Amino acid sequence: MERKIRVIVAKPGLDGHDRGAKVIARALRDAGMEVIYTGLRQTPEQIVQAAIQEDADVIALSILSGAHNHLFPRVVDLLKEKGADDILVFGGGVIPEEDIPFLKSKGIAEVFGPGTPTSVTVDFIKTHLKRE
Amino acid sequence: MIDTLARRCLDGDLRAVARLISLLEDGDKNAFGTLAALKQRSGQAHVIGITGPPGSGKSTLTDKLIGEFRASGKKVGVIAVDPSSPFSGGAILGDRLRMQEHATDPGVFIRSLASRGRLGGLSKATAFALRALEAAGYDIVIIETVGVGQSEIDIVKVADTVVLISVPGLGDDIQVIKAGIMEIGDIFVVNKSDRDGADRVVREIRAMLETQAMLKRGRSVDAGPDTLSARNAEILHHGQNDLRPETMPDRADPFDLPPVMKTIAETGEGVPELCREILSRFEDAKASGELEKRRQASIKSQLKDLVGWQVMDYFVDHEENGRLDNLARAILTREIDIYTAARELFSALIKGERQ
Repeated sequence: MERKIRVIVAKPGLDGHDRGAKVIARALRDAGMEVIYTGLRQTPEQIVQAAIQEDADVIALSILSGAHNHLFPRVVDLLKEKGADDILVFGGGVIPEEDIPFLKSKGIAEVFGPGTPTSVTVDFIKTHLKRE
Repeated sequence: MIDTLARRCLDGDLRAVARLISLLEDGDKNAFGTLAALKQRSGQAHVIGITGPPGSGKSTLTDKLIGEFRASGKKVGVIAVDPSSPFSGGAILGDRLRMQEHATDPGVFIRSLASRGRLGGLSKATAFALRALEAAGYDIVIIETVGVGQSEIDIVKVADTVVLISVPGLGDDIQVIKAGIMEIGDIFVVNKSDRDGADRVVREIRAMLETQAMLKRGRSVDAGPDTLSARNAEILHHGQNDLRPETMPDRADPFDLPPVMKTIAETGEGVPELCREILSRFEDAKASGELEKRRQASIKSQLKDLVGWQVMDYFVDHEENGRLDNLARAILTREIDIYTAARELFSALIKGERQ
């Protein structure tokens, strides 16, 4: 039996806009992945614990509040602390171009802005999985 | 390597438990070896099944139950099943959403499973995941099924206590007396009971349970072909209340019936009472020996499922020469009938085993 790709879709921080996250969840589902949707206003700790218990391969973070420079790296750091840094982390939402190099330097594998075709995200996951 | 995984599970290492569950889901042969090494811990947990229609509040109620059990110091594992897409094989697992408050509690482990083609309300790997959580030392394991309709009853094969959730507004009293899911509840819950019609649903379920008990009693007192129909005729003539003193003489004994409880999961109303009921029924069943009987019956039916799956896997694995396709073709053109073909396939399988 082929191994299923499991993805946590999470919204860290305080903004209440989850339409983009739901569209991504749906697109990944249609690509045959198992998507665990954790909902709004999650702390990095909650997201990381969920990823560990769910044995996720990927964490997809969506944020529109502007707190990405704080919250995204925190998720990566917590994963490292727990010895779970084989989980691929990427982000999306409203994120200024100039912040992207910083986020990548902190271990966020990619950042997808508004208007990214969902197929790009699907392909990215398939080609960048850290676990075999 | 495998022993390491088993050892880590026994030590309660969350990553190991999570990984073992994934391997079991994917049908990894070595993972079943690991599971075998954990067998001493099987049967340690009180397994609670939560089932009911989509949107009836299973996840919210589960969330509140976790809180209750944690308050009494018990470690709680949760297995929440949601459906897989029949087209892409993907899934959106959204039960966890309602329980995320407990995500960082080290005494709680929540795992979402996709049904992966199974239609009984659970996934194939649910019983395996349960064993992994038991090995890791969870005292209570709550299994939340897919949102069910009328006949998804696999939960009785794994749960010690089945909590069946209804909500007001789903249909008339005929729905309640239909065969299937309404027969498997150990505890009935009418959730969203602040809504109109909740009391009516409670009455309908109670009436169904009383009738069921009456019919059972009728059958056991003087078994005979006419007993049931005679009782039914009496019910039609007199209504069940008139019958009760005769057929259920010891009214001090209504506790034989599964309780019907009202909750409002959103606010937590009725949840402490539900929690007490779940625990006391379990203790009673343990003391009376009922639990052991039930578990043996459950294991027997799981065993049958496993053998069935292995037979199916065998046919899929040995499909390279197109034997099934050829047979299907032969049946289509009426060279052979489907029953003979199936019997021949099965005999070939048995013979192959013996060689």
